[in-house]
Amino acid sequence: MPKSEALLTVKNLSVGFHTDKGDVTAIEGVSFEVRVGEILGIVGESGCGKSVTSRSIMRLLPKFNSFIDPQSEINFEGINIARADEKTMRSLRGDRIAMIFQEPMTALNPVFTIGWQLDEALKYHTSLDRRDRIERAVAMLKAVEIPNPRQRYYEYPHQLSGGMRQRVVIAMALCCDPELLIADEPTTALDVTIQAQILRLMDELRKKAETAVILITHDLGVIAQICDRVIVMYAGQIVETADVHSLFKNPQHPYTKALLESIPQTGREHHQTRLPTIEGIVPSLFELPEGCRFQDRCAYKTQECVDREPQLGEEINHRKVRCFFPLEGS
Amino acid sequence: MPLLEIKNLVKHFPVRGGLLNRVLKKVHAVNGVSFTIEKGEILGVVGESGCGKSTLGKLIIQLLDATAGEVTFKGRAITHLTASELLPFRRQMQMIFQDPHASLNPRMTVGSAVSEVLAFHKVVPRQELAAKVRELFSQVGVNLDSIDRYPHEFSGGQKQRVGIARALAVNPEFIIADEPVSALDVSIQAQVLNVLMDLKDEFDLTMLFISHDLKVVDHFCDRMLVMYLGFILEEVPCQDIHADALHPYTKALLGANPVSDPEKRHELTVLEGEVPSPFHPPQGCPFVTRCPLVTEQCHAEMPPLVERAVGHRVACWEV
Ligand SMILES: Nc1ncnc2c1ncn2[C@@H]1O[C@H](COP(=O)(O)OP(=O)(O)OP(=O)(O)O)[C@@H](O)[C@H]1O
Ligand SMILES: Nc1ncnc2c1ncn2[C@@H]1O[C@H](COP(=O)(O)OP(=O)(O)OP(=O)(O)O)[C@@H](O)[C@H]1O
Ligand code: SF4
Ligand SMILES: [Mg+2]
Ligand SMILES: [Mg+2]
Repeated sequence: MPKSEALLTVKNLSVGFHTDKGDVTAIEGVSFEVRVGEILGIVGESGCGKSVTSRSIMRLLPKFNSFIDPQSEINFEGINIARADEKTMRSLRGDRIAMIFQEPMTALNPVFTIGWQLDEALKYHTSLDRRDRIERAVAMLKAVEIPNPRQRYYEYPHQLSGGMRQRVVIAMALCCDPELLIADEPTTALDVTIQAQILRLMDELRKKAETAVILITHDLGVIAQICDRVIVMYAGQIVETADVHSLFKNPQHPYTKALLESIPQTGREHHQTRLPTIEGIVPSLFELPEGCRFQDRCAYKTQECVDREPQLGEEINHRKVRCFFPLEGS
Repeated sequence: MPLLEIKNLVKHFPVRGGLLNRVLKKVHAVNGVSFTIEKGEILGVVGESGCGKSTLGKLIIQLLDATAGEVTFKGRAITHLTASELLPFRRQMQMIFQDPHASLNPRMTVGSAVSEVLAFHKVVPRQELAAKVRELFSQVGVNLDSIDRYPHEFSGGQKQRVGIARALAVNPEFIIADEPVSALDVSIQAQVLNVLMDLKDEFDLTMLFISHDLKVVDHFCDRMLVMYLGFILEEVPCQDIHADALHPYTKALLGANPVSDPEKRHELTVLEGEVPSPFHPPQGCPFVTRCPLVTEQCHAEMPPLVERAVGHRVACWEV
């Protein structure tokens, strides 16, 4: 179970981009912490800033047009990542913080064998000799349940199924026992049968190795299945954070509530019923309204929501919400 | 008489190569499927990536030629018709695609994308085109102010609505929706599903709804086909799928789906074994390599799709 010490603390993270249409702030004032051994979920609609948040932690934002606000802090075990130089980042990336991306093929090079690619990672991050590196790599493949790992070691990415490839990517990310794993939509492109394998793997990892995981997804089912705590983002801001049980039982932000309600439910009483929807769409970063960013789609909006922007409130019972009228539980 | 009757439909894709560009092997994409769709029904098709869902859809709507088998629409066999003989049927059967992006011309306003279809099929006289476009847009819930805008100015959900308006423009009786909500966020997915549900009633549509998301199919459809490696393993009524499903593959799909409630967390079902290659489907049951119930008979012989109840057929030796 998660411990209470924070491994990573993000404070007031704001990231912007220079674009053809002018500068935009993609995420604003994002603050949260990740604790040892926990799975923290980040959920929200497309474009709400999930990937920008995670790429900031790895400092993998495009160099030519992105900027991190100088007030931002990303503290990882005494290092402020927001201002760290490339040399420091190289010593962290892959070694202490690893990241897996949505599309497994982009992380694997099609012209080299699986073994070669694992070996490169191990060469870079460890001082093992060749024979130990092979043993370590085979053990990693076995740990992610690749059948016949010794044989697969010599195969190319295209010889593996999609699910196996994503598991190889996870094996690569884990080969140096990172303290923090950031998984950006690791199962979105995969079938549920494969997703089940990956989710089980991440759950075991957290239990055995006490690796902390930031899991980014837009699938609330995945969140419900394995996360301990959840951050809900909307239009570049955190609108709610809570432990997973409270969030699903009693969402306090109108957006969270509406998101949960729009999931199709199974069972006779729900069959072919109309789904509650959130009308409208996420506002463009160029046309953010004054006041609350969710106002145009909110069922509880008042004049106050139009006039003033709500702040992410103080923590009450380990929860925070950005709304003037947080919803009461049933 | 059912609106559509599909009999022993087969599709093999030849894979060519070598110096002489000979056929080296064949992808067995659809392997002899048979079913019917009644008028007004929504039939779902689920299964993992590559199991043949889209190929099945394209075969029915005659975008692909079948290797064998027959499609009968309102009592008329349409599998071997010439292009001109097919024309009236093309109007009655429309397809909505997963990627609304790809199916709309970026250089054409969304309004003209719809009026083009209306004009081509001469649905209404020229002077009524504009009014008909407005009518369609309000039916699918697209703001009338945006008729003269280009696709890139639209969100995914709005583009999908324009795609639906285009499909509806010719008053089709039958619509194939191939993953129409898969690329959309849940909130937008709910909007589009509601639109489809309303239109179905309003236009008395019959629908084949393809999706890899069992939750969505179960919610939205009357019945579903569960496909695997080009075969139908189960055909089962929706409504109470958890109680009704019999096939071990359908059950595995259900068990692998996370429940959107942390209080009801369950150990997700994980299938061991690999999916066989579509170039060499196994001789017996296609699910043998991953099935928890497998026996010798399963390896030897493909189980027939047997009716267990009204609208419920199962292909399995062991259940
Ligand atoms: N390189 C970039 N240049 C300009 N804008 C960018 C860039 N990368 C991201 N953005 C903008 O930042 C915002 C947040 O994007 P981000 O990729 O973090 O969204 P997301 O929540 O990960 O969405 P998705 O679910 O679609 O992956 C979006 O409005 C996006 O257009
Ligand atoms: N034009 C083609 N040429 C060769 N093989 C094809 C072609 N179209 C499809 N296939 C193959 O036929 C099989 C079925 O493909 P199909 O696209 O119907 O699957 P699907 O169930 O729709 O998958 P997805 O969920 O990924 O859309 C796959 O093995 C695919 O690679
Ligand atoms: S602050 Fe107002 S507009 Fe914003 S979410 Fe809360 S109720 Fe809605
Ligand atoms: Mg993203
Ligand atoms: Mg498809």
